[in-house]
Amino acid sequence: MSPPRVFTARRAAFVGLCLLPGAVFVAVFTYYPVIRGAVIAFQRYNLFDLTSTPFVGLENFRAVLGEDRFWTALRNTGTWVVVSLFFQFFLGFGLALLLRRHFRGRGLYQAWVFFPWAMSGFLIGLLWRWMFNGQFGVINDLLLKAGVIDERVGFLATPGWAMTSVIVANIWYGVTFFAIMIMAALQSVPKELYEAAAVDGAARLRQFWHVTLPHIRPTLALIVLLRIIWILNFPDLIYAMTGGGPAGGTDIITTFLIQQVAGGDYGRAGAVGLLVLGLLLSFSVFYLNATRFERSR
Amino acid sequence: MRRLATAAKVVVLGAWLLVTLFPLYWIVVTSLKPQSEIFSLPLRYWPGEVTFEHYEELFSFADFGTYLANSLVVSLVAAAVVTVIGVLGGYTLARFSFPGRGAVMLAYLVTQMIPLFIALAPLYLLMSDLGLLNRLAGLMLVYVAMLVPFATIIMRGFYERVPVALEEAAQVDGASRLGAMVRVVIPVMLPGIAATFIFAFVQCWNELFLAITFIDSEDAKTIPVAMNSFITQYDIDWGSMAAATVVSVVPTLVLFAAIRRYIVEGLTAGAVKG
Repeated sequence: MSPPRVFTARRAAFVGLCLLPGAVFVAVFTYYPVIRGAVIAFQRYNLFDLTSTPFVGLENFRAVLGEDRFWTALRNTGTWVVVSLFFQFFLGFGLALLLRRHFRGRGLYQAWVFFPWAMSGFLIGLLWRWMFNGQFGVINDLLLKAGVIDERVGFLATPGWAMTSVIVANIWYGVTFFAIMIMAALQSVPKELYEAAAVDGAARLRQFWHVTLPHIRPTLALIVLLRIIWILNFPDLIYAMTGGGPAGGTDIITTFLIQQVAGGDYGRAGAVGLLVLGLLLSFSVFYLNATRFERSR
Repeated sequence: MRRLATAAKVVVLGAWLLVTLFPLYWIVVTSLKPQSEIFSLPLRYWPGEVTFEHYEELFSFADFGTYLANSLVVSLVAAAVVTVIGVLGGYTLARFSFPGRGAVMLAYLVTQMIPLFIALAPLYLLMSDLGLLNRLAGLMLVYVAMLVPFATIIMRGFYERVPVALEEAAQVDGASRLGAMVRVVIPVMLPGIAATFIFAFVQCWNELFLAITFIDSEDAKTIPVAMNSFITQYDIDWGSMAAATVVSVVPTLVLFAAIRRYIVEGLTAGAVKG
């Protein structure tokens, strides 16, 4: 049933009273700061010298775009998102397919395998920081035992290895997300579709390719988009494991932003924030258009 | 052939379970080893001697009891307020059509996409203007704001699954709209409300970046803030760190296990991270 159409004064009052508290919170503590941040981006605004905060046009943006660390962070963000996403997606998809059919103990298995979910990115980061420890880390120990490496590696202190390490941790954390979401998508495929295909004698693989995949493709596109935005916005793990080091080697755009805030130069932080927002927005629009195009084909 | 496939499946699932659980196992084992054993080679995969000294240290040297209490108070209050706001707001969004309804939905959805970090610096200024730096109340306010959109969106989804006829029957019987909501709809929705509360609680319990921006006095630190000050020291005391991790993770593990069947809703409404 559709919601009632008549909108009386009493109803208006009820709706207003119910929605207002939440709306006020969001306006004051989310939208107001975001807008103020956008304004600060065009001001000289250093926390340690607030005597004068003049508008300086694009100076903050010029300063940020002139910094090598910003461009390194941008490149790293690309690597961080693409590599993490690739493995999270395929491993998660595989896990979802294996868990699709009911078997004895499936519920219990899911409960255990989904546990990283309850942990924060920060704690996950600490866990992996300890495991990747250059001297007493268990990963070094296991790789030595397996004969993969000959001597202990300072994973988090070596430029190339540091990025690999944070990505490995991120993949480990994110597979679950895809498994859960893809399982939900798979369950949405109507059973009749399979029965029809079975009558035709379609092989399992072909059935997957021609029935399952087309049906869940729009959902997959949305899941992937959400995930990309989410990984971009996820500095917690890197913050805990390397703090963006060594020498900016694992900085992504959001860890860079956090450093600007911590450094007290709010003008620059605002500029980085706006750049991140622009990046996210243009990417979302581009991505949604691309996937819509595919669907209408 | 079929048996082979089953065997392969068992092996793969078993391997993944091992990969998933090992880090958790390792942090627990580390927390139970004496200091000398944590930092000695060859590594032991089982503590030679089990000790609880790191847990004792936490509560005696580091003032972990205070941090725990702070985290608990902030998370409980913020989650309760957010749940009430979500129950009310979600109801109107699900049951009424009114001018501005789409705008409110959009305004809430957009907050789930924009990075929190953009607002970090201006929020610091706002908190400072309001005199709420280093105050638990300030943290609560910001957490409520952070979680309102999620709570409202997820509750709206839960309401939409409750048939309108149920309410109408109650209203025909003479109950007011609010009466029908409180006596008929809310009881049906209790599990969903509980799940919303738990999601919100865990988010607050785990939140790091806002907390470290607003809080640096010892008596207002939450657990993540305290753990953050452990890692900014030059030498990390991994024994205490492991113990702190275990202590802070146990409550969230239990709570999440309780609401596992709502995880997909949580993910879609943007509550669960990972």
